[in-house]
Amino acid sequence: MADTIDYILETDALVREFRGFVAVSSVSLRVRRGRIHALIGPNGAGKTTCFNLLTKFLEPTSGSIRFNGVDITDERPAEVARRGMVRSFQISSVFPHLTVLENVRVALQRSLGTSFHFWRSERSLRRLEPRALALLAEVGLEEFAGVVAVELSYGRKRALELATTLALDPQLLLLDEPTQGMGHEDVDRVMQLIRRIAADRSILMVEHNMAVVAGVCDTITVLARGSVLAEGSYAQVSRNAAVLEAYMGTAEGGLVGPGGRG
Amino acid sequence: MSQAVRIRAGYLLAVAALLLAPQFFYPVLVMKVLCFALFACAFNLLLGYAGLLSFGHAAFFGGAAYVAGYALKSWHVPALVGLLLGTLAAAALGWLFGRLAIRRQGIYFAMITLALAQMVYFICLQVPYTGGEDGLQGVPRGSLFGLVDLADDRNLYYVVAALCALGFWIIERAIHSPFGQVLKAIRENEPRAISLGYDVERYKLLAFVLSAALTGLAGATKTLVFSFASLTDAEWHTSGEVVLMTLVGGLGTVYGPAVGAGVIVTLQDQLADKVGSLVSVIMGCIFVLCVLAFRRGIVGELQALYRSATGNRY
Repeated sequence: MADTIDYILETDALVREFRGFVAVSSVSLRVRRGRIHALIGPNGAGKTTCFNLLTKFLEPTSGSIRFNGVDITDERPAEVARRGMVRSFQISSVFPHLTVLENVRVALQRSLGTSFHFWRSERSLRRLEPRALALLAEVGLEEFAGVVAVELSYGRKRALELATTLALDPQLLLLDEPTQGMGHEDVDRVMQLIRRIAADRSILMVEHNMAVVAGVCDTITVLARGSVLAEGSYAQVSRNAAVLEAYMGTAEGGLVGPGGRG
Repeated sequence: MSQAVRIRAGYLLAVAALLLAPQFFYPVLVMKVLCFALFACAFNLLLGYAGLLSFGHAAFFGGAAYVAGYALKSWHVPALVGLLLGTLAAAALGWLFGRLAIRRQGIYFAMITLALAQMVYFICLQVPYTGGEDGLQGVPRGSLFGLVDLADDRNLYYVVAALCALGFWIIERAIHSPFGQVLKAIRENEPRAISLGYDVERYKLLAFVLSAALTGLAGATKTLVFSFASLTDAEWHTSGEVVLMTLVGGLGTVYGPAVGAGVIVTLQDQLADKVGSLVSVIMGCIFVLCVLAFRRGIVGELQALYRSATGNRY
């Protein structure tokens, strides 16, 4: 028990098949508490499938998942979320026709335990607003509180998504490509934000931008064709011949590192 | 602030109109409009706010109409008890339908509700308690607490108006409640709502049961107004009509469906003896026109017009 406590999330030989096609094959992943862990790999490596398995949006064909030492393999997605493992989605995932403030408030309101109270006034949710505004300030959106989410720019939608996720005060955040489709300035902002968030939480993220991976992640797991190819720090992984082969089709040269962009 | 005042003024106006309506219109027609308005608003709670298109709401409307009719006629229960029994029966039926249908989405959800509603229709046609093709005729209206004789149209009108107002209030409150917020979130982005820890099926089920219960209240009240429950109430036609009313009035607007119900019921009533069965064709044309040109419905279009005129977006 003592050695499992060190890991917030562990999977044991996780497998997912789609009609004979093995999308995730025997993945054993261990995410250390308090660390930022990246899941990288070429397109189709099974990263998003892995995320869907971990959060139970997909049922694993075999294998098991333990969160905080508890087996969650048979739990429903909402239960997993309530345990403190909250995910974001690859495509920005907000509630488009609610205001920015309402987006965060919806996440906060579950804690009140009145979410089934159809006879109670919406005004009872107002006491959540200071907390919601504080979360928005954390991601730099406080001045947009009254704007309908659909009107935000892409980068701000992602920031809103992060604020909404943080509203649940999760122990483990699963971020699916948090910087995808962003410009340089936004990427830097998100990186800083991730570092700040990670001060008292664990993060597992799928990311394509190697500058981000190198910049913020402690441990990197490389997936290719559904299985773990390599694991280690950025320095270790980026020199691994098998990884280079998978990415470039050749073992020559190096991954595009922090210096390769900008 | 000014918006709150406007809304309050709107409600006062609506209540005044409700109180004065029987002075200007035939009370039975107004009561029919009210029943269908409640039906449509209850339906809209499900479609407009939970994003679930049920094609079987006639089962709740008709089921409650029969249960209330039977209780009033055979057990001689007081009028309000009859209505309550009808409403509870519809809620129970709604729970059963919901449990079976909610796991599916879109067209499959609509088809399951339709299939279940057809079963209810068949039961209404076959069981010995419902009067088969004739329906339940001569249901007594009774009295309110033994004091007010409801056989009088005027007296009954105010009871029906109060009941429907209560129904509207419940719907309005549900939409603007913590529950309503979650419902909107689910409609907007279901996977995200799940990832925030909400068991979306339980929320949808509660919305379904609420909608069914209020539809039942409308159906049971209709039995009281007309003194009969007939197969028409439980027919799939009725399920379609409520979709039409909701779309004509404005899907997802709180009171649009009530306006839609008013327009459709009044038109049917006025046209029935003038054009006969052509009325179905006219309804069809209205539906097509509405879907092609006024997709937001009457109230939705007016709101949009008002917003663009004032530059106020909320």
